[in-house]
Amino acid sequence: MPSLGDFLAVGAGLFVLGLFGALMKRTAVAVLMGIELMLNAANLNLVAFAAFSGRISGQIFALFVIALAAAEVAVGLAILLSLFRSRATVRMDDIDLLKG
Amino acid sequence: MVLAVWLLPLASFLILLAAGRRLGHRSGVVSSVLTGLTLPGVVALLAAAPAGTTRLAAWPWLGILGHGLSLGWLVDPLSVMMAGVVALVSTLVQVYSLAYMKGDRDFPVFFAEISLFTFAMQGLVFAPDLLQLFIFWELVGLCSYLLIGFWHTRPAAARAATKAFVVTRTGDLGLLAGILLLWSATGTLNIPRLLALAGSGALGGWVLTGSALLVFAGAVGKSAQFPLHTWLPDAMEGPTPISALIHAATMVAAGVYLVARMYPLFAASPTALEVVASIGALTALLAAGMGLVENELKRVVAYSTMSQLGYMMLGLGTGAYTAGLFQLFNHAFFKSLLFLAAGSVIHAADTHDLRRMGGLARRLPLSAPAFLAGALALGGIPPFSGFFSKDPIIAATAHQPALYAAALAGALLTSLYIFRAYFLVFAGTPRGEHPGGEGSSAMRGPLWILTVLSLGSGLAYHFFHRYLGRHPAAPYPVWSGSTWITLAVSGTGILLAWLLFANRPVERPRLAAPAHRLLAERFYLDQLYAGTIVRPILALSRAASWLDRRAVDGLVNGLARMVMSFGRGLRRVEVGRAQSYALAAFWGLALFILLLEGVR
Repeated sequence: MPSLGDFLAVGAGLFVLGLFGALMKRTAVAVLMGIELMLNAANLNLVAFAAFSGRISGQIFALFVIALAAAEVAVGLAILLSLFRSRATVRMDDIDLLKG
Repeated sequence: MVLAVWLLPLASFLILLAAGRRLGHRSGVVSSVLTGLTLPGVVALLAAAPAGTTRLAAWPWLGILGHGLSLGWLVDPLSVMMAGVVALVSTLVQVYSLAYMKGDRDFPVFFAEISLFTFAMQGLVFAPDLLQLFIFWELVGLCSYLLIGFWHTRPAAARAATKAFVVTRTGDLGLLAGILLLWSATGTLNIPRLLALAGSGALGGWVLTGSALLVFAGAVGKSAQFPLHTWLPDAMEGPTPISALIHAATMVAAGVYLVARMYPLFAASPTALEVVASIGALTALLAAGMGLVENELKRVVAYSTMSQLGYMMLGLGTGAYTAGLFQLFNHAFFKSLLFLAAGSVIHAADTHDLRRMGGLARRLPLSAPAFLAGALALGGIPPFSGFFSKDPIIAATAHQPALYAAALAGALLTSLYIFRAYFLVFAGTPRGEHPGGEGSSAMRGPLWILTVLSLGSGLAYHFFHRYLGRHPAAPYPVWSGSTWITLAVSGTGILLAWLLFANRPVERPRLAAPAHRLLAERFYLDQLYAGTIVRPILALSRAASWLDRRAVDGLVNGLARMVMSFGRGLRRVEVGRAQSYALAAFWGLALFILLLEGVR
């Protein structure tokens, strides 16, 4: 039987992986995937807390996060599509309108 | 009544302002009729304000520290006389302008500005309060500026307008200072109250003399007296009817009117009276001299105006109060007559230059005798009107040899220069192409009326004296011991002019050359002012401008450049890649959490 710490360690690992993807990947789709990974790492933590504390609120939180993640992916992909239409690229390096 | 006389021109101004373009040529008719309608109002005022009465109406307007400034009117013989002159001359000049200004692009604007001027002038005349007087005083100055520069596309006209504005402002500064001095000394600007204070001796010493002299400075600027006279000859760049109305009959006489209005203030200070008389005599003489060598017809008449205003000041300064004002009254008619006749001449001859005119009497069967009537009135030949006012003024100086000599010399020069102009224009043979003839009936009518007035207005001396003299019981000194001398002097001037200038083909400088030059250069006063005042001020402005551009702007621009270069350095941080920002946010958050942990 794994302890709470093991779950949290896996969650932290997933989060770091997701963070790395979100910050370092070149294509915007992979960045979105990284963000999903981080959200799910948080979900894992929430569910683990819920299981070990015997209260249900953590699981409800996780459900909300999943719904939110679905909405976020929908919006994110829509933005990516229109971005691709107007600039013909999804490479993060080419999207630099904020450059000073 | 006062309101009708005062506000009808304002109504005309507002109508022309709103609908002038649409009315076109009819705008002049509207304005002339509305101004003409004020004449019955003046007659009614004459009946309503008999000699020796003062009717005052004032409404509080601004309250300052418990003292009220008021707006209203003051109706006494002096203001009624002046209002009558303004209304009559303004109406005649507007009728004349209907023909004279015909076809001008800005015809409605011309009449709008004349209406505004008439309104402002009546406001000045009826002002019961020095501040109100000052406001309208400046307003007539503005109208003068606008109308001198009426043909503002001509650089000379624009320059002349600016010069007139700036030079008269110099005098107005004195008037304003005088008003402030009176206010600080007495706490009131109500004219009758101030005059009562001055008359009773409650106001005295240097305050009395100082304020009288400062008020006189305003009159010097407005009435083109030495040394602020330089603007008036240049003001002839304006249309001729404007020269007749504003720069001969009414606005320039406002300075004389101001001195007459504040007369008890001056009368209480012998020094002030002496200054008024000396300046007047000096101007009368100098201007007449300058008029003698001038070759532009309108400018000759302008110098004559300065000279005659000098006589008015001389009259007031030597105590010939009625004669000074009577001179204002007569001068308004014969001088606007001279100007309007000169306008006809210029219309017909198509030139301003006396040397290119000549023999115009046959072409201008009305203007020639009209000009002659004006010249005789100006020269003071009985029974023309000038005789009845100028002779008593000269007689009043008889006990002061210097003033008397200046006045007599001025009289000689007066008939000399005006008959020089008359002979050069009308006598002899033509010295140039003169395409035109007499103008339309709108131009001839006013000439007729003014000729009759120049002939007859002097004969009303008895009524005039009884109506607004300070001592109406004393007889008006029409005939005195010095009258024969004055007449002889004036006659000599006419004779000299006939000998020197009639029937000569071309005029050569006939005075000794250096004197001629001195007069033609107007005593080098313009150059003196340019050298001592205008140029230093320009140099100062240029230095200030340099300082502003280099030092002040340099400081501001330097600060801006510093901020910009700082920003240019910082912008390298902004690479525009969202992931970099996210990384920075991550490290920032991580650091924050670590710090929080550390604190705990």
